[in-house]
Amino acid sequence: MEILVCVKRVPDTAENEIEINSEGNDIERDDLVYSVNEWDNYAVEEAIQIVDKVGGSVTVATVGDEESEEVLRREMAMGAQNGLLLTDDAFEGADGKGIASILTAAVKKGNYDLILTGAQADDGAAEVGGMMAAMLDVPYASLVNTIEVQDGKLKIGREVEGGNQDMYEVEMPCVLSIQTGINEPRYVGIRGIRKVASVEIPEQGASDLGIDASNVGGDAAKVKRIDYFVPEMGEGAEMLEGSTEEIIEKLVEYLKAKGGLK
Amino acid sequence: MADIFAYIEHNQGVVDDTALELLAAAKKIFPDAPVTAIVMGSGGDVDKVANEMTASYNAVWKVDNAAFSFPDAEAARKALVNILPGDCVLLLPHAHFGMDLSPGLSIKLDSVFLSDVVDSEGLDGNTLKVIRQEFSGQVSTHVHADISNGAVINVRPGVFQPDESKAGGGDVVDKSGDIGDVSVKRKYLETVQAEAGEVDITKSEVLVSVGRGVEEEDNIEMMFDLAEAMGADVSCSRPIVDAKWLEKARQVGTSGQTVKPKVYMALGISGSFQHMGGVKGNPFIIAINKNPKAPIFQMADVGVEANILEFVPELTEKIKEL
Ligand SMILES: Cc1cc2nc3c(=O)[nH]c(=O)nc-3n(C[C@H](O)[C@H](O)[C@H](O)COP(=O)(O)OP(=O)(O)OC[C@H]3O[C@@H](n4cnc5c(N)ncnc54)[C@H](O)[C@@H]3O)c2cc1C
Ligand SMILES: Cc1cc2nc3c(=O)[nH]c(=O)nc-3n(C[C@H](O)[C@H](O)[C@H](O)COP(=O)(O)OP(=O)(O)OC[C@H]3O[C@@H](n4cnc5c(N)ncnc54)[C@H](O)[C@@H]3O)c2cc1C
Repeated sequence: MEILVCVKRVPDTAENEIEINSEGNDIERDDLVYSVNEWDNYAVEEAIQIVDKVGGSVTVATVGDEESEEVLRREMAMGAQNGLLLTDDAFEGADGKGIASILTAAVKKGNYDLILTGAQADDGAAEVGGMMAAMLDVPYASLVNTIEVQDGKLKIGREVEGGNQDMYEVEMPCVLSIQTGINEPRYVGIRGIRKVASVEIPEQGASDLGIDASNVGGDAAKVKRIDYFVPEMGEGAEMLEGSTEEIIEKLVEYLKAKGGLK
Repeated sequence: MADIFAYIEHNQGVVDDTALELLAAAKKIFPDAPVTAIVMGSGGDVDKVANEMTASYNAVWKVDNAAFSFPDAEAARKALVNILPGDCVLLLPHAHFGMDLSPGLSIKLDSVFLSDVVDSEGLDGNTLKVIRQEFSGQVSTHVHADISNGAVINVRPGVFQPDESKAGGGDVVDKSGDIGDVSVKRKYLETVQAEAGEVDITKSEVLVSVGRGVEEEDNIEMMFDLAEAMGADVSCSRPIVDAKWLEKARQVGTSGQTVKPKVYMALGISGSFQHMGGVKGNPFIIAINKNPKAPIFQMADVGVEANILEFVPELTEKIKEL
């Protein structure tokens, strides 16, 4: 099975506090540590496990700049065979639909049975996978938390409210967006990264993909992020202050008063 | 002016809380426009829900078809493309169904998609101004969208106050005949119910809830010690279940359990809406988090800025001494 997994480079919220820059038009990006969007690691792990079982290969693709190459290498260190960097100055400022259009063009250049995305990006809108499926006119399922290959079809589970799971049989090709928890993504060590450090990663721009750049970039974007801000905070919680001992004393009083101790 | 629609979620005839929240959102964005409810389903449930919605909405479109005896977004998308006017605005709840349906629907309708909208600053010509959040609510953004070709808008559940004015008075229009072919290549098989766990946290009066701030599996024990000293049960946020450190039945949130304790102690939990969506009944919320800007402090009654790995053992000791 030929699988394409879309991966996005995002600021790592475990490593940084997200703050707004002085102009208020972006987050402070100078000292940010970036990583692969959390959901995408699950998608890549799932693709590798499927290929381990039924054969084929895994390609990881990202729309980004030169710096995005590192996320492709990380996913290749996990075990994806091929990387694909979709990059072009004309892609700058693309909205979700633009990103989906670029990825869709890459899908059409290949011969994929299955396309996986993350359910959402940390800084995103949970949109790219569903848009790609509609553009490709193939079935879609979001928030997928099990995949089983069964004679040319997939049996999948979708997470729904209350921890229940809707089971479906899906024809291929299809697009699935992967929810966290579907598997346990493998650990990538320094040695794994080194192994793929010199692998050539092909780059493709608008003309390689056969798309009109003016249809996907900033000028075409109908959805525009204007700025970042921190909303006026309400009263919020009563913050307990003092030494640890004093704080604990106050907290215990609250627990007693509110029925928190039995 | 585009036609405005709201998609009504219901479960076997029971209308979801979001039904009147969407009405409130629609009225905030388009103050004077009539709003039409769309009710899809199969059999008597549809009529019941559609009739109920006439009180609040200016019109109700019902679609009664066996394909919608369970919520199937693939089939619903095909039907909606056939019945909706091309440049309309459709509002849906940003939850498991809307996340499945909406991005693709916006492509098929050639309109824009706005996801997980938490507020609106209204319409300026064809530019719709909304507010979204990124990075689990750590920052907000103003987003402007050109809606001259229409829009599909997923609205975050629980943020708009439901519109209870019952100022609708609309009629039910049966659109079942107009939906066209709704056959799909994704066939529904069954719904697997969540497994019950060792404890039923939905019945717990006091919960010690553990989030990603616990950092390592070995530290979970420490949280159980505190819970034992308090006489509480242990629940958790989703990343703890994803990592398989605790069983799924202990997960609080929209894709986990809905709990109604008297006291909810959130330890190293940031306060995402999917997590807090499972905390009901207005409990006394205590948040302990090392980041003073964590959104959870906006929802909690009492907060402590601390490293839980240092603070919790001391708290446990003190409670044991009582
Ligand atoms: C400074 C800055 C300004 C921006 N301004 C705007 C703006 O004004 N308007 C706007 O709409 N967008 C803007 N973006 C882009 C925006 O952040 C998203 O990259 C874009 O909208 C893609 O969708 P998403 O992030 O919502 O992804 P989601 O739909 O949330 O992501 C779901 C999945 O889609 C896949 N995916 C998403 N993005 C990519 C990618 N780049 N490459 C490969 N796979 C991907 C991944 O598998 C991911 O898990 C800006 C970005 C930056 C850095
Ligand atoms: C469709 C969908 C459904 C979902 N359903 C659910 C659901 O049912 N339940 C759920 O919980 N989530 C759910 N999520 C995930 C949700 O969006 C959040 O990602 C999740 O709730 C975050 O969990 P968290 O607060 O534990 O982790 P984070 O958001 O990573 O927060 C960790 C917090 O711990 C703090 N911290 C770190 N270390 C320490 C320390 N040593 N001491 C004190 N504080 C510390 C940090 O400051 C941070 O605030 C869902 C997501 C999707 C897309």
